[in-house]
Amino acid sequence: MTGLEDLYKEVILDHYRSPRNKGELPTPPAIMEEGFNPLCGDDVKVYVIVEDKVIKEIRIGGQGCSISQASASMMTESVLGKTLDEAKEVFERFKKMMSSHENDLNSAESSLDETPSSLGDLEALKGVVKYPVRIKCATLGWNTFDQIIDSVEN
Amino acid sequence: MSKSIFDPQVIKKEFPLLERSVNDNPIVYLDSAATSQKPIEVIERMNDYYKEINANVHRGAYHIAELATEEVEETRRKVHRFINSNSEKEIIFTKNATEAINLVSYSWARSQLTDGDVILLSSLEHHSNIVPWQQLSSERDIEIRWIPITHDGQLDLDNIDELLKGVKLLCVTAVSNALGTINPVKKLVEAAHKVGALCLVDACQSTPHFETDVTDLGADFIAFSGHKMCGPTGIGVLWGRLEILENMPPFLGGGEMILNVTSDGFTANELPWKFEAGTPPIAEIIGLGVAISYLEKIGMGAIREHEQKLTSYALQMLNDRFGNDLVIHGPQNPIDRSGVLSLSYRDVHPHDLSQVLDQYGVCVRAGHHCCKPLMKLMGLNATARASLYIYNDESDIDVLADAINEAGKIFA
Repeated sequence: MTGLEDLYKEVILDHYRSPRNKGELPTPPAIMEEGFNPLCGDDVKVYVIVEDKVIKEIRIGGQGCSISQASASMMTESVLGKTLDEAKEVFERFKKMMSSHENDLNSAESSLDETPSSLGDLEALKGVVKYPVRIKCATLGWNTFDQIIDSVEN
Repeated sequence: MSKSIFDPQVIKKEFPLLERSVNDNPIVYLDSAATSQKPIEVIERMNDYYKEINANVHRGAYHIAELATEEVEETRRKVHRFINSNSEKEIIFTKNATEAINLVSYSWARSQLTDGDVILLSSLEHHSNIVPWQQLSSERDIEIRWIPITHDGQLDLDNIDELLKGVKLLCVTAVSNALGTINPVKKLVEAAHKVGALCLVDACQSTPHFETDVTDLGADFIAFSGHKMCGPTGIGVLWGRLEILENMPPFLGGGEMILNVTSDGFTANELPWKFEAGTPPIAEIIGLGVAISYLEKIGMGAIREHEQKLTSYALQMLNDRFGNDLVIHGPQNPIDRSGVLSLSYRDVHPHDLSQVLDQYGVCVRAGHHCCKPLMKLMGLNATARASLYIYNDESDIDVLADAINEAGKIFA
């Protein structure tokens, strides 16, 4: 698959084939938000149970492409068990990675490589930056999750 | 026009964009249902307008203004002949088909429809022929009713008489942009007229591909865009029957659409300028005129014949090669469909499929094709859509098939 290795990394395909924390949670106690990608009609449902400002459980429903599904799956692993503040911090770093320009990728790569554990599997999504249309896919689950954090905090 | 003249290889050479490559592969453009490529003569003529006769149209009493005006009005006559209307006064230039439909909604519907009236839409409509009517129904008590579809994406007309009860306007697309279904528009127009309803036809996906004869069709309005028929973006057409247009109030207000303005009010201009407020897209209108001449030179009959043959090849070949792994939605008989192939391949998401195809230079569209209500009825979230036109040939379909196969390897 010449040229697509940066996008369809093995770890992304693995999360797509075997999504983590897929399913639903009863609302309440869970909070559910739904997100849409108007470009392609994909929808994602994020279910979260928050106790004492800690993400106790998270599930992903809906359907979408490999990038949106893998990104949401990775997100569940990276925020489960974390406090809301910690989860927000991961989201901020993820957003920063997604907003880096393709031309900055090489330099961004070196700085990210210095802290390889900072985003874990999520770093595999770095290659999405080269395909601007797909950034919306990668951030769909995150933006939906962010709405839940907002509603909990307010 | 005789068949021997039609040669996609010759035609392809007249489209400069088709000479480029994408990701080191020759481009295979299969997204003409979204927009067609432009032949060199359209591009050059638009350039020439800016280089040689750029002036605002109408009212200018100098040579180049007269030349520009003449080219704009000559295009209007060309459109009139191309769709066999009764008068060039029935040809209104808009910025696209969406604006043309909105014109009917804001001018005709808002002056004619009242609480309790019904608008009937086909389930195959593009959002552009749905949302303007939903906007209207959110303002007043107007019911929107839908013609259902069969499992293979054709209109189910079994209960059409029942559905038409109380209907004042029927809106139907001539060809589905999402599935390629060709609708029995003439029959629907007749049924609508029987109950005293008008019929608006979205002809975006038909005017580029086969002959359009509004007189034979008997419709009341048709809307289409220039950019899907070898013309530029930014130019669309609304055709309406003269007696209906004459009784409609203006849509947008401004220059050009007036006969007289005083501090107390205005008098609307005569048709068609009554509906053309402001400076029109002059270069785009001229480009549309060249595009129409280009299509007429090839012959609309020859175009339909070529596309039907190519669609038959694609349906057969893709089925032979992929069997049940590949589903081509919509009618299975090429006679019932245009060259739009809406595909689902195994469980590869259409977005991923189109991404892999792009790597091989193949341009297809992935998503809901601005037909979310239809996709929901079909039980689909998205499809990958390959759409054919005059410059496509069997080799393009072969490259498409090879690239689909490669996508299968990645998402094995």
